[in-house]
Amino acid sequence: MTDTKAEIKIPKLETKKANVFYGDKQVIKEVDIQIEKNSVTAFIGPSGCGKSTFLRLFNRMNDYIEVFRKEGGIYIDGMEIYDKSVKVEELRKMVGMVFQKPNPFPKSIYENVSFGLRIQGINKREVLDEAVERSLRQAALWEEVKDDLNKSALALSGGQQQRICIARALAVKPSVLLMDEPASALDPISTAKIEELIHKLKENYTIVIVTHNMQQAGRVSDKTAFFYVGNLVEYGSTKNIFTNPQEELTERYITGRFG
Amino acid sequence: MNSVQKNRLKDQLFKYLGIFSTLIGIVLLAVFIGSILVDGLGRIDWDFMSSLPSRKAEKAGILTAWTGSLWIFGLTALISIPLGVAAGIYMEEYGRKNRINSILEVNITNLAGVPSVIYGILGLEIFVRTLRFGGSLLAGAFTLSLLILPIIIVATREAIKAVPSSLREAAYGMGATKWQTVWMQVLPAAGGGIATGIILALSRAIGETAPLIVIGALAYVPFVAKTPMDEFTVLPIQIFNWASRPDHAFVVNAAAGIIILLGITFLLNGIAVWLRYRWQKKVKW
Repeated sequence: MTDTKAEIKIPKLETKKANVFYGDKQVIKEVDIQIEKNSVTAFIGPSGCGKSTFLRLFNRMNDYIEVFRKEGGIYIDGMEIYDKSVKVEELRKMVGMVFQKPNPFPKSIYENVSFGLRIQGINKREVLDEAVERSLRQAALWEEVKDDLNKSALALSGGQQQRICIARALAVKPSVLLMDEPASALDPISTAKIEELIHKLKENYTIVIVTHNMQQAGRVSDKTAFFYVGNLVEYGSTKNIFTNPQEELTERYITGRFG
Repeated sequence: MNSVQKNRLKDQLFKYLGIFSTLIGIVLLAVFIGSILVDGLGRIDWDFMSSLPSRKAEKAGILTAWTGSLWIFGLTALISIPLGVAAGIYMEEYGRKNRINSILEVNITNLAGVPSVIYGILGLEIFVRTLRFGGSLLAGAFTLSLLILPIIIVATREAIKAVPSSLREAAYGMGATKWQTVWMQVLPAAGGGIATGIILALSRAIGETAPLIVIGALAYVPFVAKTPMDEFTVLPIQIFNWASRPDHAFVVNAAAGIIILLGITFLLNGIAVWLRYRWQKKVKW
């Protein structure tokens, strides 16, 4: 389906004047951003700049923080996701998340990957079997674990555990995948596998990845957003950001003058 | 002597002090168990286990006592486990962290330290008299449930607290509701700790004497309880009754009863330890 010029393209993810407060402290300041469907966007910036907090706006994981307060509009497919009519559980089926430290459930591989479907009431063995295999294949883990899906997920290596978490997120067929420094706790080989994964997943998913590793941002993303102390300093194609940044702050960050 | 030598000496001293202290406990326990076994082991046979109590020591058996203890164990478990675990889950997962709940938390922990005879008096007034259960198994079970409820609640809360928040995050991130997260992930992960707490609490209930005496469990019950409203006796009370008789033959009976009670206690504690071991193996963060 091609877009004609007459169609208005709604961005997949969007924020308008997003502000986030933890109590009195403002951690995100007036951020406007538009993220296209089926792209990979990297959020970079020094520690504490708010990129993880901003990422978590899209699946409302900040809701659990008591002092959290947001202002402004957060939209997915044009729909305000903080609206009272939105059920947060439904949102999270559309928007999956992979965390920094792999956090598989202390259960079998099969139970981990099928969890998202079982909480929706889907219990038929054939349906779950198919979903588990599909997701593990997508996460490039099927060949390694197919012989014993009842093995405990905790018995796998760190890189494998993270891919279980990715498979688990993919099993419910979300349209957006949020990844919060997914490879920072992993060794270089696992990291490379995950980056390769992101390349393949891009065809079918909109991916946003927070990373403190600029080379990684350069390798995997189409567009990059640079955050600094809660502000979105610059947002553009990854190539431009890294070779021809418009803002001086961006240039200083990517050349390592501060980190 | 320089400081390195001094520290080494302190090390050795502490080590031997530790060994000595441990040995005292073990030796005393061994002597106690040994003497009980010598006195009572010979008395235990099928007759003993299946006879009703009697004024004659040779005929007296422990049937009513161990069936009574079994009844109490079962009824107390039925009442206290759902209540205690549910309360623990509620306080830990659903309760808001405000002042009222903090005060509640402190009070519940304190309740675990209240002398058991006080629970007996409470049970006497509420269950025996006001609710008219009489000196029955039901009254005894409710009273003991009150006694061990704080233990189960605290154990449940501690086990749930030990479940790392990354597990909950993962579940919420998948779109699970709070209840689904608690029921499908948190509780199973906390299960071993909760089970251990339950078993230790019930093990305590089996050994309780004072509150049951207060609510009216009798020492001489020449029939087996058949319904929860029946009168009853339990092992500790029977033992107490026999041990205070002048006739040495009854003291032998008491020793036999003690062996059985100890056996049950060790078995329950052993199960608790095994469960804890299995749980820790399964759930490695």
